Amino acid sequence: MSEPNAPPLEGPGIGKDEWVARVEARTQSGLPGEIRRFLLALPPWARIALIAVPAACIPALTNNGYFLQVAIDTSLFVLLALGLNIAVGWAGLLDLGYIAFYGFGAYGYAMLASGHTGLHWQAEVAIPVVVVATALLGFLLGLPSWRLVGDYLAIVTLFFFQIFLTVVNNGQRIQLPFKKLEAGLTRGPNGISDVDPLNFFGWHLNSLREYLWLAVGAFVVVIGALYLVNESRTGRAWRALREDPLAAEVMSMPVNWLKLVAFAAGAGIAGLTGTIFAAEQGSVFPSNFDLALLITLYAMVILGGVGSIYGVVIGAVVINVSLEVLRTPAHASWLFFIGLVLVFPVILKSWRLRGLVVAGVIGFGFAVHGIVGALWSGGVDGSTTGEAWIDRLIDNWVLLPNDPTVIGRWAYVTLIAAVLGLTLLRGLWRAAAIVPVLYLAACVWENVLVLQPSVARYIMLGGMLVALMAARPQGLLGSPRVEIV
Amino acid sequence: MATLLELRGVTKAFGGLTVVDELDISVAEREIVSVIGPNGAGKTTIFNLITGVYRPDSGDILLEDRSLVGLSPHRITKRGVARTFQTLRLFLNMTVKENVMAAAYGHTRAGVARSILRTPGQRREEREIHRLAEERLAFFGDRLMGYRWNQPAYSLSYANRRRLEIARATATRPKILLLDEPAAGMNPVETHEITELIGRLRNEGGYTILVIEHDMHVVEGISDRVIALDHGEKIAEGSFEQVATDGRVVEAYLGLRKAETK
Repeated sequence: MSEPNAPPLEGPGIGKDEWVARVEARTQSGLPGEIRRFLLALPPWARIALIAVPAACIPALTNNGYFLQVAIDTSLFVLLALGLNIAVGWAGLLDLGYIAFYGFGAYGYAMLASGHTGLHWQAEVAIPVVVVATALLGFLLGLPSWRLVGDYLAIVTLFFFQIFLTVVNNGQRIQLPFKKLEAGLTRGPNGISDVDPLNFFGWHLNSLREYLWLAVGAFVVVIGALYLVNESRTGRAWRALREDPLAAEVMSMPVNWLKLVAFAAGAGIAGLTGTIFAAEQGSVFPSNFDLALLITLYAMVILGGVGSIYGVVIGAVVINVSLEVLRTPAHASWLFFIGLVLVFPVILKSWRLRGLVVAGVIGFGFAVHGIVGALWSGGVDGSTTGEAWIDRLIDNWVLLPNDPTVIGRWAYVTLIAAVLGLTLLRGLWRAAAIVPVLYLAACVWENVLVLQPSVARYIMLGGMLVALMAARPQGLLGSPRVEIV
Repeated sequence: MATLLELRGVTKAFGGLTVVDELDISVAEREIVSVIGPNGAGKTTIFNLITGVYRPDSGDILLEDRSLVGLSPHRITKRGVARTFQTLRLFLNMTVKENVMAAAYGHTRAGVARSILRTPGQRREEREIHRLAEERLAFFGDRLMGYRWNQPAYSLSYANRRRLEIARATATRPKILLLDEPAAGMNPVETHEITELIGRLRNEGGYTILVIEHDMHVVEGISDRVIALDHGEKIAEGSFEQVATDGRVVEAYLGLRKAETK
């Protein structure tokens, strides 16, 4: 075998290979690089405390049920993301059936502690049983990974997820052989709605605050355990398996066993999360475990940085909080314009260009608004919903027709075409074309999307992901991976 | 010298193509044996058969008189067979040191639970793994030392990657090392270095070495014995001089007419 491009022999002590220095410069640049450096300088317990302590303090700051609910949901997402990261990030196994473990944990607890089955197990017994059962299920689902990798494994696990959904959706027609249940195994789409709150040795968890503390406590235990595993021979073996399964096997690592352990560990964490979820919500429904949840979860893991435990935590927090903020049009507006400002450094490389474009967009907006206002007053008569000064400013900047329905649709289609066209341009042409496109985006946002938050939030989420993936393909805190050199 | 590794009548066919045919090889302890042969002679297949990547259709492979056939690769490595790959297969996105540490998996014990609890035994084992990795990397002089430990393996130059593969293989604590073209893609200086290194691996490391190599300078420099293969059959065996002048070997490499005119 000959290798024409073999790099020349490097002497010892010359210093860093230029290539490495370049890669490092790329990872260390910008705000994410700063965050990364700051986090790397901290000891692990401090990093965990940095996330857990503020979360645990939320009840001290507010009694608002909505905030506490969002905090609990975010904590549950963080736990799920950490579990998913084991199989996907560390062992490199594309597992699309993960939500089934979450659902299995939730339904498992609902079976063991609810009026539905008549069993009312204590949490200190029910949680270990559910976690172990889910982990065993993870073992089973891990078996196909002996033969299948990549896309094939993804399809099989996705199929498993669908089986789970089908079973719980039609569970009213399934009966256990040894125990007759009034409404079948799962009550089907009606769900199980009388799940007991968690009950540790007679201590009932009833308030949102207690569930938040429980979730944060679970987070500290899980992330601590994962950190320790990652720094052990098992963690190294998982990463080796992700890099090259054959080499790992030949280097004395039992690859098949390690895959099962990765699946089981992730499933166990999902099972635990499901238990907390079911008890906190007091009910479980098949619709709690849908494909959108899986996609959101993957978005969290990818945005945060596949393989980095701190990264996936931040990814989960950023995405879940963003999705909540985007529910309300007034908040969404703010997030949109902050998002626009954050997108700049991605598209344009020099500060002068960035400044020019910002000034250009603002000026362009007022100019267009002025011209349209002079020609056709119906084109600018509308107003935004908010009352803050920024809303009044936007009223005078963005075109807000009386009746935005038809114009809005056309503008939306034009915007998509314009963004696609933008990707074909380079250099100054691109910078020049950005100005009207951004203004058009602002118009579409204010006229169409703000009015439909349920759609807009996922579009925003997609936009955030696209922008971030263009700038940092490895995610916020992930390390860049090299596939073939 | 006692026989360490023995192949008895090993045959492997892919479909209708017999790649290794009734092959007998034996390697004695602390011996360096080179396998040569033209491309497609079945050299790498032999390595894949020994390490359990493929299973022989017939015949037996023995390490210290115990059969390896049917064992999974990681068990064979635990028994004491380690290899490098012709097409480098490092864990590219792990650090240099981690690459070597990962290979200590087979002779360490601590499971997930003990790692989470950080038991004294687990800590001791972890220190031992670190020490082992540093020692194995130090074997290559300053080539793989210092700041390189904490760099990802993809940052290494081609020659250093080959060295790291050898370091990783030795971290499994093998009795026999199978080196698949250790000098491929190296310049003359590096080739000379690798020749010395293979000698040191035997003399200082105490490993028995079976090596596939195309570079005849390396083969001449290191081999106690040379085995020449063609079409999966052994066509010559002996010292380098004996094999290099063997008519069938010359024929296999250069073709029949040239052999006749010689």
